[in-house]
Amino acid sequence: MSKVLAAGTVAPGFTLRVTPDQYLSLSDLAGRPVVLAFYPADWSPVCGDQMALYNEVLPEFHKHDAEVLGISVDGAWCHEAFVKDRHLHFPLLADFHPKGAVAEMYGAYRKSEGVCERALFVIDRHGVIFWSYCSPIAVNPGADGILDALERLPKEGASDGHAKSSSHAA
Amino acid sequence: MGTLKVPVTQHDHIKGPANAPVTLVEYGDYECPGCGAAYPIVNLVVEHFGPRLRFVFRHFPLTQVHPNAEPAAESVEFAGAHGRFWEMHDGIYENQDRLSPPLLFALARALGLSELELRNALASEKYAPKVKSDFLSGVRSGVNGTPSFFINGRQHEGTYALEDLVLAIELQLHAKAAL
Repeated sequence: MSKVLAAGTVAPGFTLRVTPDQYLSLSDLAGRPVVLAFYPADWSPVCGDQMALYNEVLPEFHKHDAEVLGISVDGAWCHEAFVKDRHLHFPLLADFHPKGAVAEMYGAYRKSEGVCERALFVIDRHGVIFWSYCSPIAVNPGADGILDALERLPKEGASDGHAKSSSHAA
Repeated sequence: MGTLKVPVTQHDHIKGPANAPVTLVEYGDYECPGCGAAYPIVNLVVEHFGPRLRFVFRHFPLTQVHPNAEPAAESVEFAGAHGRFWEMHDGIYENQDRLSPPLLFALARALGLSELELRNALASEKYAPKVKSDFLSGVRSGVNGTPSFFINGRQHEGTYALEDLVLAIELQLHAKAAL
């Protein structure tokens, strides 16, 4: 199993394709907690599917003002079909080219197989990793660890001085 | 491995005696094929252990992939409010291949319950908070898909094959007997 970036590390910035014609940067979400969920592949079986679970738990994540981002090495067109088929209501990012580069920065890339680990990161409002966890690749880690971490995040009002950027690199 | 974060209370749907040495909790979705496959197995397990086992069912609908799961869960809660929880639960799993709103209404009518009342309960989402509370108790306990089982509060890591469930429950019975 890879050694994923630990709590206290500044979350490496990235810009990835989120749809075939849009990009999303981590900095776009500055000022809000972010949940990064690296996972091996789209189209895994439905009932035990990690992304389907996060989709259902989304209202709970949003109570903490957190944005959830799924990341795999699948391409943007693949993600688009998967999002549509599973009615996912949060973005999936394509760590497609150069393949796995973002996962590698987070210590969450399985070079031997060319896929992301099942690794979770909760990033605080200041862009620092608050909690991380790498699950055995065949085990869906659930959402309890993420919710526990979000609950432990220091509470901050809207006046924390971190400007929100809405710029999209194109 | 998860532990059951929300203990079994009188708000749960329970089969079997309160003082049974082993409690089996299932988190299930009425439209999930795996839960449908586990249904007859769980019945065999319940029958096999008799008064030594207490069985509890909690809702864990994946509503975005299973469009009938939420109305099914709310219909079972509706039936439960009229003392017919298990009959409705059984009716749905035994007819899972044709799960749809008409099936839910037909099952309610067959139990002598008012179809109109069920329609109103679904439209007003009367039982949605109960279903949601079951779901969230599962999420907090580490449920990551369905069916998920907890045996005396600890998540069952084996499969739901009959022999796996029976063995895991027997281990708990022996552990209790050794105390």
